[in-house]
Amino acid sequence: MPAKISFDYPISGTLRVKLSGDWQISAGIPSENEVISELAKNKATVQIVFDTSETGSWDSGLVSFLFHLIKDCESKNIQVSHQGLAQGVEKLLTLALKVHTRDIPPKGAAEPFLDRIADKVLQIYGGILSLLNFLGEVAIAFGRLIRGKAYFRRDEFIGIVQKCGANALWLVSLISILVGIILAFIGAIQLKLFGAQIFVADIVGIAMVRVMGAVMAAIIMAGRNGASFAAELGLMQVNEEIDAFKTMGISPVEFLVMPRVLALVIMMPLLTLYADFMGIAGGFLISTSVLELNPIEYWQHTQSAVRLSNLWVGLIHGFVFGIIIAVCGCMRGLQCERSAEGIGAATTSAVVSAITSIVIATAIITFICQVIGV
Amino acid sequence: MGEAVKPVIEVRNLDLDYEDYAVMRGLDFSVKKGEIFIVMGGSGCGKSTLLKVLIGLKEPAKGEVLYDGVNFWQQDEASQQKMMRRFGVLYQGGALWSSFTLGENIALPLQLYTGLSAGQIQEVVELKLALVGLSGYAGFYPSEISGGMCKRAALARAISLDPDIIFFDEPSAGLDPLSARMLDDLILQLKDTLGATIVVVTHELASIFAVGDNAALLDTESKSMIAIGNPNELLANSNDPRVIRFLTRGERQAAPAGKEFTR
Repeated sequence: MPAKISFDYPISGTLRVKLSGDWQISAGIPSENEVISELAKNKATVQIVFDTSETGSWDSGLVSFLFHLIKDCESKNIQVSHQGLAQGVEKLLTLALKVHTRDIPPKGAAEPFLDRIADKVLQIYGGILSLLNFLGEVAIAFGRLIRGKAYFRRDEFIGIVQKCGANALWLVSLISILVGIILAFIGAIQLKLFGAQIFVADIVGIAMVRVMGAVMAAIIMAGRNGASFAAELGLMQVNEEIDAFKTMGISPVEFLVMPRVLALVIMMPLLTLYADFMGIAGGFLISTSVLELNPIEYWQHTQSAVRLSNLWVGLIHGFVFGIIIAVCGCMRGLQCERSAEGIGAATTSAVVSAITSIVIATAIITFICQVIGV
Repeated sequence: MGEAVKPVIEVRNLDLDYEDYAVMRGLDFSVKKGEIFIVMGGSGCGKSTLLKVLIGLKEPAKGEVLYDGVNFWQQDEASQQKMMRRFGVLYQGGALWSSFTLGENIALPLQLYTGLSAGQIQEVVELKLALVGLSGYAGFYPSEISGGMCKRAALARAISLDPDIIFFDEPSAGLDPLSARMLDDLILQLKDTLGATIVVVTHELASIFAVGDNAALLDTESKSMIAIGNPNELLANSNDPRVIRFLTRGERQAAPAGKEFTR
């Protein structure tokens, strides 16, 4: 039988609430507002009593109903008699209504719009400061490394280098070959209009070597290693492992961040070189087979179009991207909040900030090259 | 022994905040050389925040922490790091470095701060592991052993450099009663053998009475230290109902001093 309430007035000023049926949370319970509106009709009511003669089974649904009703009545100065309530209900109510003296720490109430803007601005400002601070620490650690003062675990470093280099080769191969093929196709469609299809070789060669190889490798590494750096360091932060380094007087930046930055700074230019080669190979394959260009001619065009300066620009891209990915990953990891959600947020933010910074850095480098005429 | 025992740690007028929320105000106490000092109190009273301040991980809102008379938070970073090398810390979850084996965990501080050869370091590592009952586990990774063993291994790491002061954060948290008891015994042995000063943050009554020479009780509501002294004497002599309630798990309110309490 579903839970129901009905009212009567045994004596004037006393509202008797009859609780009948089964008061189960799963079956749904009446709202205490029904009682409140009954009270509003009869303003002379000073007391509420309960009739539980027809109450069936009950669970915390009944207690929750009574709890809110009693709280409401307290503010209206209406007495609520607990008489007639089952002993278990009575006990739970007493427990819930007990006044706790401890003051509750302020919990982010909804702030005015301007406050939120100000908070956001301060947050961004704090973020920039902590980035500069972190870069400074990395620079100092690098200085100590050069002077041979930093502690450096060779085996661990080699492990990181392997993860950042050799283990990424398959993915870099696949993506670079496909990018080479895409560039060749797009170029071929346009150049066919002018009968200059052989210039596909120039387009693929220059685009891959100058920028696309580095950018593609960097995006792969940001998703692969930037994220894993953030997750690794984030979990160490959660497990107090970072604290343990600090209290041992060991700088986490020197010990954990340096090898990762160094590994990526070394491996990114090499991966860039590899991606350049695979991209050109992809373009070559598709041009000589599907587009039916002469292989020797294609090769000669590539050779004459891609100059050494293009290669240097590409490698500089790779070097800068290496720093960006490692710094974003490690910084987000070390800033990780101590919760499972924190690790997720750190990982996401490491990848997002790395990829955004990569695109911005590409724009800046391209602009500088334009200005100095490289 | 006629000589006066000097305080190793002095805390003066210390205020602690958790984020922007004040948790503790005006803390004042000192810890003497070679004693086991307990910081106790209910959950959320600021015990862990106090520990963070003591071990140099968090700057206090106000006040001073002195080690052998040197004000820790006024030193530059290099001196702070030097002072921190005198500390051993056993974290609540052990906080062993998960990418290192137990042996490497213990060896790292030795490699960094001593001039020992690799062979000598290996010997020290084996000794420290034997002290905590983990001989032969040097090649294991933290993920390969149980939580209790991790904690003991972490203690071996904490004492790798024979620290002057050892901090314990909730040593019995997550341990079965026997392992907790074993850790208490280890704490007592460390005090006797290494002569180390030991600070234990805990709310485990059994440990408090078993190992504590002195104890400070922090109270959440008044945000202050409400009692300091030997835990057994506090239980016998304190007139403060809050102290008696805490030390008897709320089973006795405030009975007259010296009376046996009955359930």
